[in-house]
Amino acid sequence: MRVALFITCVNDTLFPGTGRAVVTLLRRLGCDVDFPRAQTCCGQMHVNTGYPEEGRRLARHFVDVFAEYDAVVAPSGSCAAMVREQYPRLARTPAVPASITAGAPADLITGTLPPSAEETAAPGARERPRPGSFAEEVAATVPKVHELSEFLVDVLGVTDVGAYFPHRVTYHPTCHSLRALRLGDRPTRLLEQVRGLELVPLPGADECCGFGGTFAVKNPAISAAMCADKVHNVATTGAEVLCAADNSCLMHIGGTLSRQRTGVRIMHLAEILAATETGDHGVVRG
Amino acid sequence: MSGGATFLGMPAFPVNAAAAVQDSQLRYNLRKATHTIRGKRALAVGELPDWTELRRAAKEIKDHTLRNLERYLVRMEEAVTAAGGHVHWAADAEEANRIVADLVKATGETSVVKVKSMATQEIGLNEALELEGITAYETDLAELIVQLGDDWPSHILVPAIHRNRSEIREIFREKMADWGRAAPEDLTDEPRALAEAARLHLRERFLSTRVAISGANFMIAETGTLVVLESEGNGRMCLTLPETLISVVGIEKLLPSWQDLEVFLQLLPRSSTGERMNPYTSTWTGAAEGQEFHLVLLDNGRTDVLADEIGRQALRCIRCSACLNVCPVYERAGGHAYGSVYPGPIGAILTPQLRGTASELDASLPYASTLCGACFDACPVAIDIPEVLVHLRGRVRHPRVERLGMRAAGWVFNRPARLARTQRLGGRLRRFVPGRLPGPLSAWTDTRDIPDIPSESFRDWWDRTDGGVK
Repeated sequence: MRVALFITCVNDTLFPGTGRAVVTLLRRLGCDVDFPRAQTCCGQMHVNTGYPEEGRRLARHFVDVFAEYDAVVAPSGSCAAMVREQYPRLARTPAVPASITAGAPADLITGTLPPSAEETAAPGARERPRPGSFAEEVAATVPKVHELSEFLVDVLGVTDVGAYFPHRVTYHPTCHSLRALRLGDRPTRLLEQVRGLELVPLPGADECCGFGGTFAVKNPAISAAMCADKVHNVATTGAEVLCAADNSCLMHIGGTLSRQRTGVRIMHLAEILAATETGDHGVVRG
Repeated sequence: MSGGATFLGMPAFPVNAAAAVQDSQLRYNLRKATHTIRGKRALAVGELPDWTELRRAAKEIKDHTLRNLERYLVRMEEAVTAAGGHVHWAADAEEANRIVADLVKATGETSVVKVKSMATQEIGLNEALELEGITAYETDLAELIVQLGDDWPSHILVPAIHRNRSEIREIFREKMADWGRAAPEDLTDEPRALAEAARLHLRERFLSTRVAISGANFMIAETGTLVVLESEGNGRMCLTLPETLISVVGIEKLLPSWQDLEVFLQLLPRSSTGERMNPYTSTWTGAAEGQEFHLVLLDNGRTDVLADEIGRQALRCIRCSACLNVCPVYERAGGHAYGSVYPGPIGAILTPQLRGTASELDASLPYASTLCGACFDACPVAIDIPEVLVHLRGRVRHPRVERLGMRAAGWVFNRPARLARTQRLGGRLRRFVPGRLPGPLSAWTDTRDIPDIPSESFRDWWDRTDGGVK
């Protein structure tokens, strides 16, 4: 199967080892992988910080780069969720109602809206964008984009990827993997099949680590408090390695784990799944 | 949205939150309370096999009502009038407060008892009445604690969630006498003793006050009926004993029919208190025998919210507070940090829409979230709070430094070659990256180590090795 890798800008720049692990892993499973060099960023940082126009431009670019492929695999739940959830919204014409700052005159009677297009149109009409429109291109591209564990379990149909990793590991599900993508137990089913690996549950696993992209900078005190609690929970597991399907969350938690000298390492799911007894997996951080 | 004078002029959310998170007692109280309710709610919701269908039904009923609000409001007015009540329309807080004050003055009374109501807090009714020489007595236990403590509510359902029982004992002992019957000398901090002290204190109020002010959880347009759900029965005392009843209700609280109420009576108690059913549900239609009834229909920014295609879903809110109890940000920042009677995730989207984003505080509210999505999952009327947060972020004024940074990042990401060059530059300068980053980024490095910057990006590795083949 010919697969396009969407490595994501954070992995490309800061965690290239994760990208190399994805290449190793997918090749071992018989995929023919390609890295479209024109890719840059999904635009999540811009959209989530309140710059939808920049985000729309990057979404446009993403669709241009990946439209021709049958399958796109991303080692990031957050970026995959961005594409799947936000792109269709970005592609719709932005609503231009009364501005929240302008404060349109309040009038009880004129406040009633005519039925929206959604209400009057036939069921499903909203899902059928105009032919040739950006919305249509997005609708065609989005279903081909898979987060790594989704691709392995749902598309390739494997949970045993032939990995060997003799360490005590705890798994943090990350919010976007958990609630936006609904990855469920796919990542842990994959980890459970790794030989030598002891998977220990993480208390409060479904609670956010406090990263939230620019949230960590805009609300530093709360972000740090959330991360401190997460790190405390990680420490109680006695795990050597904290694993997740998102390097941005791992970077955030890992930064605190390192500052507190806990000795717990962070590793992306792909790196553990790529590891084998012979060690020819390219899993070298940095 | 105006009123709530103390809340105005507060610093932005991050400043309030940074102070609150240092208060270990507050953090402990909040964590304990929210986790307890969270657990109870999960159990109560899990009991219903058709929760998903109920949630969808609630969303659709609310959306339908909001789209046809004009029609249902007029029907409500006709039904209330036919049942002997009087209907008043208030465009904003000032008008609503004026209407209520005039109605109270017309009775010749100078004090009123109140049923817990978010709408009256939103418009700052108690403060407005005070200026007119009218004392408003809160009768909900938690609201009583807040009022006696000269404090502000910090939670929609449990306004005194930030207080523990020993703090409550102190408030009762010190302040109860100023407002009526004093607390017993030997008051302990046992919940039973505290509840008994409040009961005796409140009983005096119920029996001596002739005007009551309430809100409503729902209004049923077909019959002109108002509905209040509560746990203590204090609301029912207020609704039935006084001779004049004035209800101030937001226009979004409408439901078309009694059949629609069925859905919400299942969703609200389970979502808010984790109970199958709330202890008291009171309904009243127009004026009861011997009682005069006034309904004040409040807009106060709601039609503006209705005009926003994405933001309007906030008007589906039934004030259950499930989103507060699951929010990791609320849990650590507490309710006061949001500077509004609507704290937590729903406050972060409702307040800036009702009030606008001109103030620094209101502009910071859409950013008071990591977009983790727990609030959306918990919401019984399926308000996609993260979607609205992101939508509102696109509308607030951004700081200049941030605008420049985002433009620069956009410029780099717009061309793959620029990204590659920037990565190479970063790789070359990696040894010079300080442990403590400058400017706003220092907030991150204060408590965390930044990762090592790799010498080679993935794309350069791919090029050099021909995709790992060489």
